[in-house]
Amino acid sequence: MIKLQNVSKTFVTKKGKVEALKNVSLEVKKGEIFGVIGYSGAGKSTLIRTVNLLEKPSEGTVSVNGTELTKLSPNKLSASRKKIGMIFQGFNLLKTATVYENISIPLRLSGLPKAEIDNRVKKYLSIVGIESKSDSYPSQLSGGQKQRVAIARAIAHEPEILLSDEATSALDPDTTEAILDLLLKINEELGITILLITHEMKVIQKICDRVAVMENGEVVENGSVLDVFTAPRHETTKRFVNSIFHHQLPEALLTKLKETGSIVSLSFVDNTSGEPTLALVSKKFNVFPNILSGTITQLKDVPYGKLIVHLQGDDSEIDRAVEFLEQQHVLVEGVKRNDVKNKRIS
Amino acid sequence: MSKISEFLDLWGDQIIEAILQTFQMTSIALLISILIGLPLAAFLVLTRQGARLENKYVYGFLNTVINVIRSVPFIILLFFILPFTKFIVGTSIGVKGVIVPLVVYTAPYIARLMESALLEVDRGVLEAYEAMGIPTKKIIWNVLVRESRPAIVLGLTIATIGLIGATAMAGLVGAGGLGDLAYRFGHLRYEADVMYVTVFLLIVLVQGLQTAGNVIAARLRKD
Repeated sequence: MIKLQNVSKTFVTKKGKVEALKNVSLEVKKGEIFGVIGYSGAGKSTLIRTVNLLEKPSEGTVSVNGTELTKLSPNKLSASRKKIGMIFQGFNLLKTATVYENISIPLRLSGLPKAEIDNRVKKYLSIVGIESKSDSYPSQLSGGQKQRVAIARAIAHEPEILLSDEATSALDPDTTEAILDLLLKINEELGITILLITHEMKVIQKICDRVAVMENGEVVENGSVLDVFTAPRHETTKRFVNSIFHHQLPEALLTKLKETGSIVSLSFVDNTSGEPTLALVSKKFNVFPNILSGTITQLKDVPYGKLIVHLQGDDSEIDRAVEFLEQQHVLVEGVKRNDVKNKRIS
Repeated sequence: MSKISEFLDLWGDQIIEAILQTFQMTSIALLISILIGLPLAAFLVLTRQGARLENKYVYGFLNTVINVIRSVPFIILLFFILPFTKFIVGTSIGVKGVIVPLVVYTAPYIARLMESALLEVDRGVLEAYEAMGIPTKKIIWNVLVRESRPAIVLGLTIATIGLIGATAMAGLVGAGGLGDLAYRFGHLRYEADVMYVTVFLLIVLVQGLQTAGNVIAARLRKD
């Protein structure tokens, strides 16, 4: 659906060249919600803006639905852009126009007949759930309502793709949830493919099917949300994963506990989250597990849990216990005692 | 009471004629200046650094021309461009002859005022419309100009008041108007009453315009 191939973008500023994107390749499939996560300055905003060519890549090609946008004439590009909706962190509504006008004006400028415009405005206002605000001005709306208007404006063109540029970053947690639910509904009911960028793990966790992690203008990891976050390889990915678990343990306690055993981090995915694996460990081996901290969360629909456990016992018994846990498809980290010292468990 | 009617008998016709001349000069010059100034402002905004049609040569050229014209006081401009005026309208005197210098004086001023009005529009909104595949020409009118209407109205109010000030010098090329009346009769012929009345009328005019401008701008502003 969306295909970026070897896309690079270099900005020339007075202070020199800035490489915002370095040889990025990415493919978004039809019907999925694809998330790009990264810290600010990672280049994700530039990345999403190259998809509809708001930012022209210095090198590489951008294709949408098999059409290579980078090769189109301005007129044809305009036509292709109508099939790609976009929403923004700052909403970008007309301040001097009502909610109704904010949706109808772009449709009118796109040359739709009057009756059709009226139908669409009403239809999409009801889909985003703000029919009653039709005659209000943006200044009279809350952040969440403004984003709903922006979403209605974007999908009123009946696009195949929706690009979301940090659409929930300016909203409070409850409103973020509601907007994410709306995006999920749009994806499922209208079949619109969504590409979003964010710096919030909860956005990826809640609605994304696949994810790419960006750092310094490069995609460092990329795959299904479950694969990437249950077995993070890159340091940045690990930091994002850790951000959804809040394991803060006092240093003094850790030092003391390490004298009598190992401290390990256990990750449970899907069904293993629900099984009494640790109880089995204490029955089968001469090891006493002591749970220091734990969380179970969700990656879209799949439960994902992480426990920080102190395994008390002999080294050989602990090794056997770890082996057993791994057989049970539990991801074990930090087994070696020296390793634990270097690992940030937070 | 009799004094007032006596004054009106004596000066009424001339004052009314002067008012009409001032209105005529102001409205025609304003209209043409907007037609030149607003597109000029759009060009300035669109070609400035970082804008979508960034072009430092076009921007630099327009910017310099506007600054040069704006450096010349109206009374000098009026005579300085006499040949140009004659070339454009065939005469350099009368209302017709003063419209050209008034426009040359006002259009760059309006361009500057409109430029700052248009710059107030959030670039994100323009980008949102660009992302929807709407051509630049339509964006200029339907987003850029539409969104900055309150600032445009306030800017035009300022420009109109400046223009009325400039028309006072129109008498020098025989175009009449309130300023000319005050100067010729009030000053040169020591008719203090005429001076007071014209000044009073000008104050009323400017106050009225500014109030109207403020009200319209406030009504257009929705935030």
